[in-house]
Amino acid sequence: MLRLPSFTYLQPNTLALALRMKADAGPEGTYVAGGTDLYPNMKRRQQEPRTVISLMTIPELAGCGIRDGGCAVGPCVTLTDLCAHPAIRQHYDTVAHAAELVSTPLLRNMGTLGGNLCLDTRCNYYDQTYEWRKAIDFCMKKDGHICWVAPSSPRCWAVSSSDVAPVMVALGAEFRLVGPNGERIVPAARLYANDGINYLTKQPDEILAEVRLPPADGWDAVYHKLRRRGSFDFPVLGVAAWLKWDGRRVAAARVVLGGVASRPQEVVEAGAALTGTDLSDEAIGAATEAAYRPAKPLDNTDFDLSWRKQMTRVYVKAALEELRARRR
Amino acid sequence: MASGKKAAVTQPAAVGRSDGQLRVVGKAIRKVDATAKVTGATRFADDLFLPRMLYAKLLRSPHPHARITGIETSKAQALPGVKAVLTGRDLPIPFGILPVSQDEHALAIDKVRFVGDPVAGIAAASEEIATAALDLIDVRYESLRPITDAEDAITHPEPRIHDYGDGGNLHKLVNLEFGDVAEGFAEADLVREDLLFFEGSTHLPMEQHAAVADWSPLPDGKLTLWSSTQTPHYVHRALAKVLELAPAKIRVVATPNGGGFGGKSDPFSHEIVVAKLAMLTGRPVKITLTREEVFYCHRGRHPTLMWVKTGVKRDGAITAMHFKSLLDGGGYGSYGVASTYYTGALQTVTYDVPRYKFQGARAFTNKPPCGPKRGHGTPQPRFALEVHLDKIAEQLEMDPAELRLKHLVPPNSLTANWLKIGSMGLGECIRRVIDGSGWRQKFRKLPPGQGIGLACSSYITGAGLPIYWNPLPHSGVQLKCDRGGGVTVFCGSTEIGQGSDSILAVLVAEILGLDPFDVAVVTGDTDLTPVDLGSYSSRVTLMTGNACIQAAERARDAIASHAARQLEVPVARVAFADRRVFDLEDPTHGLAFADAVQLAEAAQGTIGTVGSYTPAPSPGRYRGAGVGPSPAYSYSACVALVDVDPASGIVRVPRVWIAHDVGRSINATTVMGQIEGSVYMGLGEALMEEMAYRGNRNVVHKIPSLLEYKSPTTLEMCDVVTYVVQDPDPNGPFGAKECGQGPLLPVPPAVANAVYDAVGVRVDEVPITPEKVFKALRRKEKGEPARYGPATFPEIAWPEPTRVPTPWEGGDGRAVEGGGRRATEAARRP
Amino acid sequence: MPDAKVKLAFELNSEPVEVAFAPHKTLLEVLREDLGLTGTKHGCELGECGTCTVLVDGKPVLSCLVLGLACAGHRVKTVEGMAGGGSLHPLQDAFAELGAAQCGYCTPAFLLAAEALLGETARPTRDEIKQALSGNLCRCTGYLKIYEAVELAAARLRGEDAKPAPESLYGVR
Repeated sequence: MLRLPSFTYLQPNTLALALRMKADAGPEGTYVAGGTDLYPNMKRRQQEPRTVISLMTIPELAGCGIRDGGCAVGPCVTLTDLCAHPAIRQHYDTVAHAAELVSTPLLRNMGTLGGNLCLDTRCNYYDQTYEWRKAIDFCMKKDGHICWVAPSSPRCWAVSSSDVAPVMVALGAEFRLVGPNGERIVPAARLYANDGINYLTKQPDEILAEVRLPPADGWDAVYHKLRRRGSFDFPVLGVAAWLKWDGRRVAAARVVLGGVASRPQEVVEAGAALTGTDLSDEAIGAATEAAYRPAKPLDNTDFDLSWRKQMTRVYVKAALEELRARRR
Repeated sequence: MASGKKAAVTQPAAVGRSDGQLRVVGKAIRKVDATAKVTGATRFADDLFLPRMLYAKLLRSPHPHARITGIETSKAQALPGVKAVLTGRDLPIPFGILPVSQDEHALAIDKVRFVGDPVAGIAAASEEIATAALDLIDVRYESLRPITDAEDAITHPEPRIHDYGDGGNLHKLVNLEFGDVAEGFAEADLVREDLLFFEGSTHLPMEQHAAVADWSPLPDGKLTLWSSTQTPHYVHRALAKVLELAPAKIRVVATPNGGGFGGKSDPFSHEIVVAKLAMLTGRPVKITLTREEVFYCHRGRHPTLMWVKTGVKRDGAITAMHFKSLLDGGGYGSYGVASTYYTGALQTVTYDVPRYKFQGARAFTNKPPCGPKRGHGTPQPRFALEVHLDKIAEQLEMDPAELRLKHLVPPNSLTANWLKIGSMGLGECIRRVIDGSGWRQKFRKLPPGQGIGLACSSYITGAGLPIYWNPLPHSGVQLKCDRGGGVTVFCGSTEIGQGSDSILAVLVAEILGLDPFDVAVVTGDTDLTPVDLGSYSSRVTLMTGNACIQAAERARDAIASHAARQLEVPVARVAFADRRVFDLEDPTHGLAFADAVQLAEAAQGTIGTVGSYTPAPSPGRYRGAGVGPSPAYSYSACVALVDVDPASGIVRVPRVWIAHDVGRSINATTVMGQIEGSVYMGLGEALMEEMAYRGNRNVVHKIPSLLEYKSPTTLEMCDVVTYVVQDPDPNGPFGAKECGQGPLLPVPPAVANAVYDAVGVRVDEVPITPEKVFKALRRKEKGEPARYGPATFPEIAWPEPTRVPTPWEGGDGRAVEGGGRRATEAARRP
Repeated sequence: MPDAKVKLAFELNSEPVEVAFAPHKTLLEVLREDLGLTGTKHGCELGECGTCTVLVDGKPVLSCLVLGLACAGHRVKTVEGMAGGGSLHPLQDAFAELGAAQCGYCTPAFLLAAEALLGETARPTRDEIKQALSGNLCRCTGYLKIYEAVELAAARLRGEDAKPAPESLYGVR
């Protein structure tokens, strides 16, 4: 049986206490929410914290409610509860939809919104046991020096595999981060960096304390996910598309891809190609081409990489056509 | 002759001495172990915890192909909590499931042959300590060039993975010719050749293999091994050989298997290692493999490249067939020699093939060894043959169902390669799925993107020969009648979820007039139960069933003779039913079964009987004739409906219609379960399952996890419409044939044929992934051949063919020297 | 190397229990190794198969990814807690009747996931059953008998005198 290494488990009941525990634990301490990402990684010795600080016992990190016209969601809300929340279902159905597509019902009963947003980047050279990784002499993300996906590259190409993150970026959500030196608000897109190792701009001791969704008016969004099976599987491509209508015209649009880079990747040109149009076939075609060009799948997830690139066209087009259909 | 006429319904092999009504057989009966399984009470191997038990772990090779130049274990030995460390030198005797392939060592001695090959074993006070100690063992390796796949093995005879076999890195070469195929092709109106590939896949039982060993100290010196094995008898033999213990000093208990599918049919390294560790430490030792290690045990489907050439007349009648297969065997022999023969053995048992040539090759490669997965060696050629026939039908402008129905192999006949067909319900199977699916309204008539495909198959009901040569029964049963009216039946068979324990209870209940739950079943224990060869080759229902019937009939006869005296009726009139023994002509005149047992026991002592079963010898007597013969062949026909998204190439299978000729259903519940489960596994192989390796990165298994090895979930599984066809076979218990493997076979080709019907492209390769469909669609758009699949079959230096005249050439089942071109005027089946 | 054991109190199958175990152990390990309840199985220990499903506070979760320590004060239910008063739970009974348990290894997990579903929905559709069980892998049955067993048990739990359909037991005649 794969087992966890030994560690100290702490269950603080306030944010302040959690921050203090992390300060005491230093770099060998880590936070955990649902544990569905961290514990498998620990069992495979991809992460080896000596202290694990649970955030699930901190009441202020749970809960979900309408505030200032938008919605404030605690990061420790489980994905199941997020999907079921009336405010989310009614006003942010795309968030609920993306959350509902994460893994399995069992995992969603445990995994949290915050956990999915901070999900470790994935790579099938990295998401392996210690013994397996030893057979390839490890990789730069853990214990090694090379990125096997792109051996000449100085960086790690592990893939952002969150379903909810691309939606948050497309919606223009904001995150409140709380750290030892106070708190800060960052736009969703700014939480992420295109580096498989340092994929979050959040400092290790900062806690994602709140997710703020913008007021639900005048915009629409959809999320399409490509994966082998209808459950369990991470996205090999996620397409989050958001747009603001001005009558029959698109006033603003964002297309964000998941599963193609180390962060949710906004394709600015695709959004631009849609802005000012009525989402005609031509506009969708132009946006689709714009999204296709920068999508750069690598050979480190399920499916053949050239097919995955081809599918960006198919999935972006389908997402935009759905948005068009939803207008009517 | 080959008219597809249904076999005459034969008398069941055994009829209860009763009114002729079957009271238990054929009903839907809950399995005798069902309650234990739904309450979590069933004890699988990893559920065993013995006092003072140690935990074992195996250190595995990180190299695909390397010489071991040194092993240093002292640091691991010194770790507190470590009780023993073993290396290859401690277990120098080789083993292997087949006598011709004794090529495995419990721990590698000089050489490792795949990433995951076991090198050292540790017993420690906890699994954590054992795991930590693995990293303290220092093994020095000298890398050798790895052989990545079968074609690489052909082009690189050096470095050799093993120093035996048929040259270089070819493990086995087979070349058999039955009749003159050249002549057959000359007679044909159409000769077609196709190349197809079937990717390797693994069993993926939900239970990871586990074993617990216990050693009773000297002077007892007795070893007990509990293991999740399908073949306790073969594990018993391997332990005796490697540990140099008398078989009488070893007890192997097969714990209920949490899924087998062929993956627990070999004796394994971990079983031998825990046994040795228990002997060394004097404490019980358990090992439970991780999921990743289960992928390294493997013994799954051989990746197989196939070339098939068939000549047909205008009406579809086959004049000759030539089949070539190239199997990627992985690092060890396992069942591979048999697997190789199986890729060529059963082509002749569905349709009339008057002349047949088979060439098969198995290569050693530096990957986990392949072996027997559900269908053992036959799903690959069945895929090739059924897709090939679909193409032939199209060229002949015939409906593929009609083509098949017109040329079925006759029942009660011999095939070109000397297999004896008994009952043959394939025609009925085809008609059921054709009618049920609305085939005639759908084939080539569905809207674009939707398609329907047909395929058929046949499978053995138990291998005609044992794995090691011996003249002994394949299955033995002991039966004991308790004076309270209960019966206990003892058999070496192994419950792997297929319901074999229940078969014993049902048959005893039928013959002795009891309820199946009056029967206690003791199985899979080499100390307590007579030998049964194991749960493989779909042999259990037929072989243990026949042995069980014999034991039960002997008990019935003993009881009847004393009851007859008491009832004052002739013994022929004594019947058994409803827990009573009575006069057939006056059913009210009788006595309770328990009272009848007591009468018999008082008169002649304890009522205990035995039964055994040995298959009849096969008519084929050429070298290689050992693989393929079976007491009976099951038949299946399958229609698959698919939706193909032309934009992505993604294939969905909403529904499958399957008809299976099971001869006679013994327990309807388990028959349905086996058929549906086979369809599930066939669907997984058709669409997504794949053993993938990184040939350019040390030949590591790319995805040894339940997340990345894609097994269909509830959301991928199709609806299944099942038809149970019952064409009783004289060799089967009450006419029963197998149903646990055969229904898998037609699913992949039916899906492939349906994809062609849907979008007009041929994917001559499984799994039929979206990438492949997409590429084929692109080629079609560009006006290139609308196909995805292999392009060439490599040159292989085949040995001289073994020429065997067919039965209708006047052969006697033996090979002939040289030509074998005799009696050409009688080249057709008479 | 072995950590000092910690003591934990929680409710297990409707009874209070106290158990001492190494603090990094998962609920799966605590149940099987420290409490001797081996009805909860495991197939990967990474949350990739669903075989270790148990109910925590009525919700099906993966016991391989729940720390034992996180269960303090919570309600845990395993397959051993399903049958009551000497009789099988209707789900267990229907699984046994229809052959929804073949090898039986994934069965406890399916039973608990199904129990949670029926706790929320007395009359689940086939699609709802498929969704609710989509996190549990079974390699034996092809899931069909499992769906039918859940439907049969649901009907019986609603008080209906339900019987399996003949084609479910014998195929289409």
